[in-house]
Amino acid sequence: MASLRDIQNRINSTKKTKQITNAMQMVSASKLNKAEQNAKSFVPYSDKIQEVVASIANSGEDSNHPMLQAREVKKTAYFVITSDRGLAGAYNSSILRKVYRTIQERHQSTDEYTVIAVGRVGRDFFAKRGMPIAREITGLADQPDFADIKDLTSETVQMYLDEEIDELNIYYNHYVSAISQEVSAKKLLPLTDVSAEGKQLSTYEYEPNQEEILEALLPQYAESLLYGALLDGKASEHAARMTAMQSATDNANDLIDDLSLSYNRARQAAITQEITEIVGGAAAQE
Amino acid sequence: MKTLIVSVVTPDGPVMEDSYEMVSLKAENGELGILPGHIPLVAPLTIGAVRLKGPEQTNRLAVNGGFVEVRPDKVTILAQSAEKPSDIDVERARKAKERAERRLQTKQDDIDFRRAEHALRRAINRLDVIENS
Repeated sequence: MASLRDIQNRINSTKKTKQITNAMQMVSASKLNKAEQNAKSFVPYSDKIQEVVASIANSGEDSNHPMLQAREVKKTAYFVITSDRGLAGAYNSSILRKVYRTIQERHQSTDEYTVIAVGRVGRDFFAKRGMPIAREITGLADQPDFADIKDLTSETVQMYLDEEIDELNIYYNHYVSAISQEVSAKKLLPLTDVSAEGKQLSTYEYEPNQEEILEALLPQYAESLLYGALLDGKASEHAARMTAMQSATDNANDLIDDLSLSYNRARQAAITQEITEIVGGAAAQE
Repeated sequence: MKTLIVSVVTPDGPVMEDSYEMVSLKAENGELGILPGHIPLVAPLTIGAVRLKGPEQTNRLAVNGGFVEVRPDKVTILAQSAEKPSDIDVERARKAKERAERRLQTKQDDIDFRRAEHALRRAINRLDVIENS
Protein backbone atom coordinates (compact mmCIF):
# COMPACT_ATOMS: atom_id res chain seq x y z
CA MET A 1 0.00 0.00 0.00
CA ALA A 2 1.23 3.46 -0.96
CA SER A 3 2.40 5.64 1.87
CA LEU A 4 0.35 8.57 3.12
CA ARG A 5 2.79 11.04 1.60
CA ASP A 6 2.62 9.40 -1.84
CA ILE A 7 -1.14 9.55 -1.88
CA GLN A 8 -1.12 13.16 -0.74
CA ASN A 9 1.25 14.05 -3.57
CA ARG A 10 -0.96 12.40 -6.13
CA ILE A 11 -4.01 14.20 -4.80
CA ASN A 12 -2.20 17.52 -5.06
CA SER A 13 -1.00 16.95 -8.60
CA THR A 14 -4.44 15.80 -9.73
CA LYS A 15 -5.92 18.94 -8.23
CA LYS A 16 -3.46 21.06 -10.20
CA THR A 17 -4.38 19.26 -13.42
CA LYS A 18 -8.02 19.76 -12.65
CA GLN A 19 -7.52 23.49 -12.25
CA ILE A 20 -5.92 23.62 -15.70
CA THR A 21 -8.55 21.55 -17.47
CA ASN A 22 -11.26 23.53 -15.75
CA ALA A 23 -9.76 26.82 -16.92
CA MET A 24 -9.37 25.46 -20.46
CA GLN A 25 -12.97 24.39 -20.45
CA MET A 26 -14.11 27.86 -19.53
CA VAL A 27 -11.88 29.48 -22.14
CA SER A 28 -13.28 27.15 -24.80
CA ALA A 29 -16.81 27.84 -23.68
CA SER A 30 -16.40 31.56 -24.21
CA LYS A 31 -14.61 31.02 -27.54
CA LEU A 32 -17.43 28.73 -28.61
CA ASN A 33 -19.87 31.49 -27.86
CA LYS A 34 -17.99 33.89 -30.09
CA ALA A 35 -17.55 31.30 -32.82
CA GLU A 36 -21.25 30.58 -32.81
CA GLN A 37 -21.95 34.27 -33.23
CA ASN A 38 -19.49 34.50 -36.11
CA ALA A 39 -21.14 31.57 -37.84
CA LYS A 40 -24.50 33.21 -37.30
CA SER A 41 -23.47 36.59 -38.68
CA PHE A 42 -22.19 34.85 -41.79
CA VAL A 43 -25.60 33.33 -42.54
CA PRO A 44 -27.21 36.41 -44.18
CA TYR A 45 -24.30 36.72 -46.59
CA SER A 46 -24.26 33.06 -47.57
CA ASP A 47 -28.04 32.91 -47.93
CA LYS A 48 -28.10 35.89 -50.23
CA ILE A 49 -25.21 34.79 -52.40
CA GLN A 50 -26.71 31.32 -52.68
CA GLU A 51 -30.05 32.82 -53.72
CA VAL A 52 -28.54 34.99 -56.42
CA VAL A 53 -26.28 32.25 -57.75
CA ALA A 54 -29.19 29.82 -57.85
CA SER A 55 -31.42 32.22 -59.70
CA ILE A 56 -28.75 32.90 -62.29
CA ALA A 57 -27.67 29.30 -62.69
CA ASN A 58 -31.24 28.05 -62.98
CA SER A 59 -32.47 30.83 -65.21
CA GLY A 60 -32.96 28.42 -68.10
CA GLU A 61 -30.09 29.39 -70.31
CA ASP A 62 -27.38 26.78 -70.30
CA SER A 63 -24.25 28.16 -68.88
CA ASN A 64 -20.93 26.62 -69.73
CA HIS A 65 -18.92 28.31 -67.07
CA PRO A 66 -16.11 25.92 -66.06
CA MET A 67 -17.13 26.00 -62.43
CA LEU A 68 -20.57 24.62 -63.25
CA GLN A 69 -19.32 21.90 -65.59
CA ALA A 70 -18.09 18.54 -64.41
CA ARG A 71 -14.99 17.49 -66.30
CA GLU A 72 -12.92 14.36 -66.37
CA VAL A 73 -11.23 14.02 -62.99
CA LYS A 74 -7.48 13.66 -63.19
CA LYS A 75 -6.67 15.16 -59.86
CA THR A 76 -8.85 15.48 -56.79
CA ALA A 77 -8.21 17.98 -54.05
CA TYR A 78 -9.17 17.44 -50.43
CA PHE A 79 -9.68 20.55 -48.36
CA VAL A 80 -9.28 19.35 -44.77
CA ILE A 81 -10.02 21.54 -41.78
CA THR A 82 -8.33 20.58 -38.53
CA SER A 83 -7.14 22.49 -35.49
CA ASP A 84 -3.68 23.77 -34.62
CA ARG A 85 -3.59 22.31 -31.16
CA GLY A 86 -4.69 19.01 -29.71
CA LEU A 87 -6.62 18.41 -26.48
CA ALA A 88 -9.87 18.54 -28.39
CA GLY A 89 -11.01 14.97 -27.96
CA ALA A 90 -11.76 13.14 -31.18
CA TYR A 91 -12.06 16.38 -33.17
CA ASN A 92 -9.00 15.88 -35.36
CA SER A 93 -8.70 12.12 -35.33
CA SER A 94 -12.20 11.46 -36.62
CA ILE A 95 -11.72 13.79 -39.59
CA LEU A 96 -8.26 12.56 -40.44
CA ARG A 97 -9.34 8.94 -40.22
CA LYS A 98 -12.20 9.59 -42.60
CA VAL A 99 -10.08 11.49 -45.12
CA TYR A 100 -7.28 8.95 -44.96
CA ARG A 101 -9.64 6.06 -45.53
CA THR A 102 -11.37 7.81 -48.43
CA ILE A 103 -8.07 8.59 -50.10
CA GLN A 104 -6.84 5.02 -49.66
CA GLU A 105 -10.01 3.69 -51.22
CA ARG A 106 -10.19 6.06 -54.15
CA HIS A 107 -6.64 6.56 -55.27
CA GLN A 108 -3.78 4.31 -56.19
CA SER A 109 -0.98 6.83 -56.57
CA THR A 110 -0.13 10.19 -55.09
CA ASP A 111 -0.48 11.80 -58.53
CA GLU A 112 -4.22 11.47 -58.37
CA TYR A 113 -4.89 13.70 -55.42
CA THR A 114 -3.61 16.54 -53.34
CA VAL A 115 -4.42 17.88 -49.91
CA ILE A 116 -5.12 21.44 -48.84
CA ALA A 117 -4.54 21.44 -45.12
CA VAL A 118 -5.92 23.91 -42.62
CA GLY A 119 -4.45 23.49 -39.16
CA ARG A 120 -1.17 22.14 -37.87
CA VAL A 121 -2.50 18.74 -36.79
CA GLY A 122 -3.79 17.96 -40.26
CA ARG A 123 -0.70 19.22 -42.01
CA ASP A 124 1.62 17.14 -39.83
CA PHE A 125 -0.55 14.08 -40.32
CA PHE A 126 -0.39 14.24 -44.13
CA ALA A 127 3.24 15.32 -44.25
CA LYS A 128 4.25 12.38 -42.06
CA ARG A 129 2.55 9.94 -44.41
CA GLY A 130 4.22 11.49 -47.44
CA MET A 131 0.99 12.70 -48.99
CA PRO A 132 1.13 15.70 -51.31
CA ILE A 133 0.09 18.99 -49.73
CA ALA A 134 -0.74 21.71 -52.22
CA ARG A 135 -1.55 24.53 -49.81
CA GLU A 136 -1.52 24.84 -46.07
CA ILE A 137 -2.44 27.37 -43.48
CA THR A 138 -1.59 27.14 -39.81
CA GLY A 139 -1.89 29.49 -36.89
CA LEU A 140 -5.34 30.64 -37.89
CA ALA A 141 -7.00 32.93 -35.34
CA ASP A 142 -9.73 31.51 -33.14
CA GLN A 143 -12.16 33.95 -34.67
CA PRO A 144 -10.98 34.21 -38.25
CA ASP A 145 -11.92 37.23 -40.36
CA PHE A 146 -12.82 36.77 -43.96
CA ALA A 147 -9.68 38.73 -44.82
CA ASP A 148 -7.50 36.17 -42.97
CA ILE A 149 -8.41 33.32 -45.26
CA LYS A 150 -9.18 35.22 -48.43
CA ASP A 151 -5.81 34.28 -49.92
CA LEU A 152 -6.24 30.60 -49.25
CA THR A 153 -9.77 30.40 -50.60
CA SER A 154 -9.04 32.38 -53.74
CA GLU A 155 -5.90 30.33 -54.41
CA THR A 156 -7.93 27.17 -54.00
CA VAL A 157 -10.60 28.32 -56.41
CA GLN A 158 -7.91 29.51 -58.80
CA MET A 159 -6.34 26.03 -58.75
CA TYR A 160 -9.61 24.69 -60.02
CA LEU A 161 -9.92 27.34 -62.71
CA ASP A 162 -6.33 26.67 -63.84
CA GLU A 163 -7.25 22.98 -64.14
CA GLU A 164 -4.59 22.10 -61.62
CA ILE A 165 -7.33 20.19 -59.85
CA ASP A 166 -10.57 18.84 -61.34
CA GLU A 167 -12.60 18.29 -58.23
CA LEU A 168 -12.63 19.81 -54.78
CA ASN A 169 -13.88 17.97 -51.73
CA ILE A 170 -14.13 19.54 -48.34
CA TYR A 171 -13.89 17.73 -45.00
CA TYR A 172 -14.70 19.41 -41.72
CA ASN A 173 -16.54 18.89 -38.48
CA HIS A 174 -20.05 20.20 -38.71
CA TYR A 175 -21.26 21.87 -35.56
CA VAL A 176 -24.54 20.25 -34.54
CA SER A 177 -24.63 21.31 -30.91
CA ALA A 178 -22.21 21.95 -28.08
CA ILE A 179 -21.98 18.24 -27.35
CA SER A 180 -22.25 16.83 -30.83
CA GLN A 181 -20.20 17.45 -33.96
CA GLU A 182 -20.18 15.25 -36.99
CA VAL A 183 -17.68 14.82 -39.80
CA SER A 184 -19.06 16.36 -42.92
CA ALA A 185 -17.79 15.56 -46.40
CA LYS A 186 -18.95 17.65 -49.33
CA LYS A 187 -18.10 17.99 -52.95
CA LEU A 188 -17.65 21.68 -53.50
CA LEU A 189 -16.41 22.01 -57.05
CA PRO A 190 -17.67 21.68 -59.70
CA LEU A 191 -20.84 23.34 -58.46
CA THR A 192 -23.29 20.79 -59.76
CA ASP A 193 -26.11 21.21 -57.32
CA VAL A 194 -26.88 24.89 -57.02
CA SER A 195 -30.44 24.42 -55.98
CA ALA A 196 -32.79 27.11 -54.85
CA GLU A 197 -34.36 24.92 -52.19
CA GLY A 198 -37.90 26.12 -52.72
CA LYS A 199 -37.06 29.80 -52.51
CA GLN A 200 -38.88 32.32 -54.62
CA LEU A 201 -36.56 33.02 -57.51
CA SER A 202 -36.49 36.41 -59.08
CA THR A 203 -35.55 37.24 -62.62
CA TYR A 204 -32.91 39.88 -62.96
CA GLU A 205 -31.44 42.15 -65.51
CA TYR A 206 -27.75 41.46 -65.75
CA GLU A 207 -25.23 44.20 -66.01
CA PRO A 208 -23.20 43.71 -68.22
CA ASN A 209 -24.39 40.14 -69.02
CA GLN A 210 -25.02 36.78 -67.46
CA GLU A 211 -21.70 35.22 -68.37
CA GLU A 212 -19.67 38.01 -66.88
CA ILE A 213 -21.72 38.02 -63.72
CA LEU A 214 -21.11 34.31 -63.29
CA GLU A 215 -17.44 34.95 -63.95
CA ALA A 216 -17.34 37.30 -60.97
CA LEU A 217 -19.90 35.63 -58.79
CA LEU A 218 -19.04 31.93 -58.84
CA PRO A 219 -15.53 32.25 -57.41
CA GLN A 220 -16.95 34.42 -54.65
CA TYR A 221 -19.66 31.88 -54.02
CA ALA A 222 -17.16 29.04 -53.75
CA GLU A 223 -14.99 31.14 -51.47
CA SER A 224 -17.94 31.90 -49.26
CA LEU A 225 -18.71 28.19 -48.98
CA LEU A 226 -15.14 27.52 -47.88
CA TYR A 227 -15.30 30.34 -45.37
CA GLY A 228 -18.59 29.02 -44.04
CA ALA A 229 -17.08 25.57 -43.56
CA LEU A 230 -14.15 27.13 -41.75
CA LEU A 231 -16.40 29.00 -39.33
CA ASP A 232 -18.40 25.83 -38.79
CA GLY A 233 -15.16 23.92 -38.16
CA LYS A 234 -13.96 26.52 -35.66
CA ALA A 235 -17.20 26.34 -33.71
CA SER A 236 -16.91 22.54 -33.63
CA GLU A 237 -13.30 22.77 -32.50
CA HIS A 238 -14.16 24.91 -29.50
CA ALA A 239 -17.17 22.74 -28.70
CA ALA A 240 -15.06 19.56 -28.93
CA ARG A 241 -12.36 21.06 -26.74
CA MET A 242 -14.92 22.21 -24.23
CA THR A 243 -16.45 18.74 -24.00
CA ALA A 244 -13.04 17.08 -23.78
CA MET A 245 -11.95 19.38 -20.98
CA GLN A 246 -15.26 18.92 -19.22
CA SER A 247 -14.78 15.16 -19.12
CA ALA A 248 -11.14 15.58 -18.09
CA THR A 249 -12.30 17.70 -15.17
CA ASP A 250 -14.91 15.09 -14.26
CA ASN A 251 -12.30 12.36 -14.39
CA ALA A 252 -9.99 14.37 -12.18
CA ASN A 253 -12.81 14.76 -9.67
CA ASP A 254 -13.42 11.00 -9.63
CA LEU A 255 -9.74 10.34 -9.21
CA ILE A 256 -9.49 12.82 -6.36
CA ASP A 257 -12.46 11.14 -4.63
CA ASP A 258 -10.86 7.71 -4.99
CA LEU A 259 -7.51 8.94 -3.79
CA SER A 260 -9.04 10.75 -0.81
CA LEU A 261 -10.79 7.52 0.15
CA SER A 262 -7.57 5.52 0.08
CA TYR A 263 -5.77 8.36 1.85
CA ASN A 264 -8.30 8.25 4.68
CA ARG A 265 -8.13 4.45 4.83
CA ALA A 266 -4.36 4.58 5.03
CA ARG A 267 -4.51 7.25 7.73
CA GLN A 268 -7.05 5.19 9.70
CA ALA A 269 -4.89 2.10 9.37
CA ALA A 270 -1.88 4.01 10.62
CA ILE A 271 -3.81 5.30 13.66
CA THR A 272 -5.18 1.84 14.45
CA GLN A 273 -1.73 0.39 14.22
CA GLU A 274 -0.35 3.05 16.54
CA ILE A 275 -3.07 2.38 19.13
CA THR A 276 -2.48 -1.36 18.93
CA GLU A 277 1.19 -0.76 19.49
CA ILE A 278 0.56 1.49 22.52
CA VAL A 279 -1.92 -0.94 24.00
CA GLY A 280 0.44 -3.79 23.32
CA GLY A 281 3.28 -1.88 24.96
CA ALA A 282 1.18 -0.99 28.02
CA ALA A 283 0.02 -4.60 28.41
CA ALA A 284 3.62 -5.80 28.31
CA GLN A 285 4.56 -3.48 31.23
CA GLU A 286 1.85 -4.75 33.59
CA MET B 1 -39.92 61.28 -51.50
CA LYS B 2 -39.93 57.55 -52.02
CA THR B 3 -37.19 55.60 -50.37
CA LEU B 4 -35.61 52.22 -50.75
CA ILE B 5 -34.07 49.94 -48.16
CA VAL B 6 -30.37 49.42 -48.48
CA SER B 7 -28.66 46.58 -46.68
CA VAL B 8 -24.96 45.92 -46.78
CA VAL B 9 -23.80 42.42 -45.92
CA THR B 10 -20.27 41.03 -45.65
CA PRO B 11 -18.99 37.58 -44.64
CA ASP B 12 -18.14 39.07 -41.23
CA GLY B 13 -21.75 40.04 -40.66
CA PRO B 14 -24.26 42.71 -41.69
CA VAL B 15 -22.79 46.21 -41.78
CA MET B 16 -25.93 48.33 -41.96
CA GLU B 17 -29.53 48.45 -43.08
CA ASP B 18 -31.45 51.68 -43.52
CA SER B 19 -33.66 53.50 -46.02
CA TYR B 20 -32.31 56.06 -48.46
CA GLU B 21 -33.50 58.02 -51.45
CA MET B 22 -30.75 57.08 -53.82
CA VAL B 23 -27.76 54.80 -54.02
CA SER B 24 -24.83 55.30 -56.32
CA LEU B 25 -22.12 52.73 -56.63
CA LYS B 26 -19.31 51.70 -58.86
CA ALA B 27 -20.04 48.59 -60.90
CA GLU B 28 -17.42 46.87 -62.99
CA ASN B 29 -18.38 48.75 -66.14
CA GLY B 30 -19.15 52.14 -64.71
CA GLU B 31 -21.09 54.07 -62.12
CA LEU B 32 -24.66 53.06 -61.34
CA GLY B 33 -27.28 55.27 -59.77
CA ILE B 34 -30.27 53.50 -58.29
CA LEU B 35 -33.55 55.13 -57.37
CA PRO B 36 -36.63 53.48 -55.84
CA GLY B 37 -38.58 51.38 -58.33
CA HIS B 38 -35.55 50.18 -60.25
CA ILE B 39 -36.01 46.94 -62.21
CA PRO B 40 -34.38 43.85 -60.62
CA LEU B 41 -30.70 43.90 -61.45
CA VAL B 42 -27.49 42.13 -60.53
CA ALA B 43 -24.11 43.70 -61.17
CA PRO B 44 -20.60 42.98 -59.91
CA LEU B 45 -18.89 45.79 -58.01
CA THR B 46 -15.31 46.97 -58.01
CA ILE B 47 -13.32 48.64 -55.30
CA GLY B 48 -15.03 51.95 -54.78
CA ALA B 49 -17.19 54.16 -52.63
CA VAL B 50 -20.91 53.60 -52.24
CA ARG B 51 -22.85 56.82 -51.75
CA LEU B 52 -26.14 56.56 -49.90
CA LYS B 53 -28.26 59.67 -50.24
CA GLY B 54 -30.78 60.17 -47.46
CA PRO B 55 -33.20 63.04 -46.84
CA GLU B 56 -30.71 64.93 -44.68
CA GLN B 57 -27.28 63.63 -45.32
CA THR B 58 -25.26 61.50 -47.66
CA ASN B 59 -23.39 58.56 -46.20
CA ARG B 60 -20.41 56.89 -47.73
CA LEU B 61 -19.07 53.37 -47.46
CA ALA B 62 -15.77 51.96 -48.66
CA VAL B 63 -16.65 48.77 -50.48
CA ASN B 64 -14.29 46.15 -51.82
CA GLY B 65 -15.51 43.68 -54.42
CA GLY B 66 -18.71 41.69 -54.31
CA PHE B 67 -21.89 42.55 -56.14
CA VAL B 68 -25.17 44.37 -55.83
CA GLU B 69 -28.65 42.92 -56.07
CA VAL B 70 -31.38 45.44 -56.84
CA ARG B 71 -35.09 44.98 -56.36
CA PRO B 72 -37.74 47.67 -56.75
CA ASP B 73 -37.87 48.38 -53.03
CA LYS B 74 -34.60 46.98 -51.79
CA VAL B 75 -30.90 47.10 -52.60
CA THR B 76 -28.59 44.47 -51.17
CA ILE B 77 -24.87 44.99 -51.41
CA LEU B 78 -22.88 41.81 -50.88
CA ALA B 79 -19.28 42.85 -50.48
CA GLN B 80 -16.16 41.08 -49.32
CA SER B 81 -15.60 44.04 -47.06
CA ALA B 82 -17.53 47.23 -46.42
CA GLU B 83 -16.58 49.93 -43.97
CA LYS B 84 -18.23 53.05 -42.66
CA PRO B 85 -15.96 56.08 -42.39
CA SER B 86 -15.97 55.69 -38.60
CA ASP B 87 -14.68 52.11 -38.87
CA ILE B 88 -11.77 52.90 -41.15
CA ASP B 89 -8.34 52.89 -39.62
CA VAL B 90 -6.76 55.91 -41.31
CA GLU B 91 -3.26 55.16 -40.11
CA ARG B 92 -3.45 51.61 -41.42
CA ALA B 93 -4.84 52.68 -44.78
CA ARG B 94 -2.12 55.29 -45.16
CA LYS B 95 0.58 52.74 -44.33
CA ALA B 96 -0.94 50.22 -46.73
CA LYS B 97 -0.89 52.87 -49.43
CA GLU B 98 2.78 53.65 -48.88
CA ARG B 99 3.67 50.00 -48.82
CA ALA B 100 1.79 49.31 -52.03
CA GLU B 101 3.38 52.28 -53.76
CA ARG B 102 6.84 51.11 -52.75
CA ARG B 103 6.09 47.67 -54.05
CA LEU B 104 4.84 48.98 -57.36
CA GLN B 105 8.05 50.88 -57.91
CA THR B 106 10.31 47.86 -57.53
CA LYS B 107 9.73 45.63 -60.53
CA GLN B 108 8.40 42.23 -59.59
CA ASP B 109 6.52 39.40 -61.20
CA ASP B 110 2.92 39.73 -62.31
CA ILE B 111 1.11 38.32 -59.30
CA ASP B 112 2.85 40.53 -56.78
CA PHE B 113 2.33 43.48 -59.03
CA ARG B 114 -1.38 42.86 -59.34
CA ARG B 115 -1.70 42.29 -55.62
CA ALA B 116 0.06 45.54 -54.83
CA GLU B 117 -2.12 47.35 -57.32
CA HIS B 118 -5.23 46.00 -55.64
CA ALA B 119 -3.94 46.92 -52.22
CA LEU B 120 -3.21 50.42 -53.44
CA ARG B 121 -6.70 50.83 -54.86
CA ARG B 122 -8.25 49.60 -51.63
CA ALA B 123 -6.15 52.00 -49.56
CA ILE B 124 -6.91 54.96 -51.82
CA ASN B 125 -10.60 54.12 -51.72
CA ARG B 126 -10.60 54.05 -47.92
CA LEU B 127 -8.77 57.35 -47.63
CA ASP B 128 -11.06 58.85 -50.23
CA VAL B 129 -14.15 57.84 -48.29
CA ILE B 130 -12.76 59.35 -45.10
CA GLU B 131 -11.83 62.63 -46.72
CA ASN B 132 -15.22 63.11 -48.33
CA SER B 133 -17.39 62.22 -45.39
